[in-house]
Amino acid sequence: MSAGSSTVQTVPTGYRTHPQDAGPGLTATGVSWGIDGRLVLDGVGLLAPAAGVTGLLGPNGSGKSTLLRVLAGVQQAGGAAGDAARTTFGGADLAALPRRQRARVLALVEQDATTDLPLTVLDAVLLGRIPHRALLAGDSDADRAVARTALATAGAHELADREVGTLSGGERQRVHLARALAQEPRLLLLDEPTNHLDVAAQLGAMRVLRELAADGVTVVTALHDLNLAAATCDHVVLLASGRVVAAGPVADVLVPEVLEPIYGVRVDVLTHPRTGRPVLSFDLTDPPS
Amino acid sequence: MSTRTGPVAVRAGGRPRPRPAARPGPRPWLALPVAAAVLVLSVGVAVTIGPADLALTEVARSLATHLGVGGLLGTEPLSALRDGMVWQLRMPRILTAAAVGAGLALCGAVMQSLTRNPLADPYLLGLSSGASLGAVLVLLAGVPLLLPVAAFAGAVGALALALTLAGALGVVTPTRTVLAGLAISQLCAAAVSFVIFWSATGDAFREVLSWLMGSVASATWTSVVIAAGAVVLLGVPLALSGSVLDAFTFGDTAAGALGMPVNRTRWVLLVGVALLTGALVSQSGSIGFVGLVLPHAVRLLTGARHRLLLPLSALTGASFLVWADTLARTVFEPRELPVGIVTAAIGAPVFAFLLWKGNR
Repeated sequence: MSAGSSTVQTVPTGYRTHPQDAGPGLTATGVSWGIDGRLVLDGVGLLAPAAGVTGLLGPNGSGKSTLLRVLAGVQQAGGAAGDAARTTFGGADLAALPRRQRARVLALVEQDATTDLPLTVLDAVLLGRIPHRALLAGDSDADRAVARTALATAGAHELADREVGTLSGGERQRVHLARALAQEPRLLLLDEPTNHLDVAAQLGAMRVLRELAADGVTVVTALHDLNLAAATCDHVVLLASGRVVAAGPVADVLVPEVLEPIYGVRVDVLTHPRTGRPVLSFDLTDPPS
Repeated sequence: MSTRTGPVAVRAGGRPRPRPAARPGPRPWLALPVAAAVLVLSVGVAVTIGPADLALTEVARSLATHLGVGGLLGTEPLSALRDGMVWQLRMPRILTAAAVGAGLALCGAVMQSLTRNPLADPYLLGLSSGASLGAVLVLLAGVPLLLPVAAFAGAVGALALALTLAGALGVVTPTRTVLAGLAISQLCAAAVSFVIFWSATGDAFREVLSWLMGSVASATWTSVVIAAGAVVLLGVPLALSGSVLDAFTFGDTAAGALGMPVNRTRWVLLVGVALLTGALVSQSGSIGFVGLVLPHAVRLLTGARHRLLLPLSALTGASFLVWADTLARTVFEPRELPVGIVTAAIGAPVFAFLLWKGNR
């Protein structure tokens, strides 16, 4: 995944901010969103510490994707308590930022974004520069430099001239990450970036996120795999039925008492022999006798 | 660009073949002045072609006279007959064809991106059917002078209905746009068929059919002013919206995350496309395939990004329709074909070829 990283340092770029500049991170309170009278998010509040990796966990349909879209500002908060919704990053009210300015602060990596158009990877990544330039302007050399750095950071350096439609799932996911990084965000939101990836690619993707966090980017990522979260996240937020049921450091949240009622399985927590991090083992609960 | 550029099947397993994608050449922007020069030359040469042969120098002399620089350049005016042929007959028709071709290709490219649908064309919102309804009504009522007004009114009416329908369902998504346009299109088409079936006879029928197929045969300098004026007023801003359309490449959510006001942008661009198309349809009837095929062909050269695609589509669309109309008026001389037949006859095989090449 580190292909091309030796060339990264030679290109001047602004997106590697220092941890001490990161500010107080992402906070959200009272986020609700509903459709057809059904609340998908019901007064969600969360805190994602600055320059850390926060995992957004929860069963299918718990509202992870919706929460990310509302946090990213591409979906308006609304519903019963919608007026009370407030999201801040680094102390600034995200909803009050003009759209383009917000797109320079935060980037969203969607699940399965596709296009039918014959687009090269480099061109796809250059789309991330749109919030940084006048709407009539084209790509500058500086834009191309940032895009190539973003590709290198995401481990997709060698894909630059490929066509997006020809990429494998893992390659495409890295390209989407690179596109988000080209926005030079200080807050990165990702919706299940490890979906459909093999185990090496999953770990590789998470390593990139950890490196970004080490460079001062606040990362919030929805994850399906609890063990991946246990191995790689600093903090986790557990959603169920549109509400936050637990949040905090991995060791506090990924415990049987919290997980068993949510997922309906038996959970045993082991300790990884090398890293010392929790490893979860799951069993179906005994059938009712 | 000799490499095949279509997507390959990667989901079947195995590593996908690494292969370069459609890349603009080393100096892609050179395509613009080249296409502009081709257009100017096309217009000049097309004027010389017809029942009476004219030389390029005669065309130049006529232009010099009418632009008031004849004395300056020391050129002789043409005889009144030959000058009339250049300036009153062929020039307005060819310039109208150029403006209509430019506008349609541009609108097609914008529509395809806005709806994320490779089959979209400028008439998607029911514009051609709406215009046809207006046109057919005045033709059969025996007031052909009102035709452009009625066609434009019909197009704008169809647009208003389609957007109301799409917007009434909530956010104007690509799918809703397509479906609403389809509904309005079918409704207007049924009304057109009914009106023709009920009341058209003989000559009126022929006139209606000719209009429905699209034609610039009756173009005057007024047509040039309306078509070219619409292209300048609406087409130029649309052609400059490349970065905005780029942001929609990966869909609405991605565009929103890049700081685009998604719904407002789509409304503004749809209305712009529709007004421009309506103005063009009022002058030429609905000419098919230019707006559908040209953007796809130009993408082979420019790749998928819009900053070059949009102006280059407009320039090549203009040249294309100039030549299509030249064919339409000369192939079966002295009989004329509606130019829509020519564009379809050329466009359909080209589209099939593009599909076969795997470029959608």
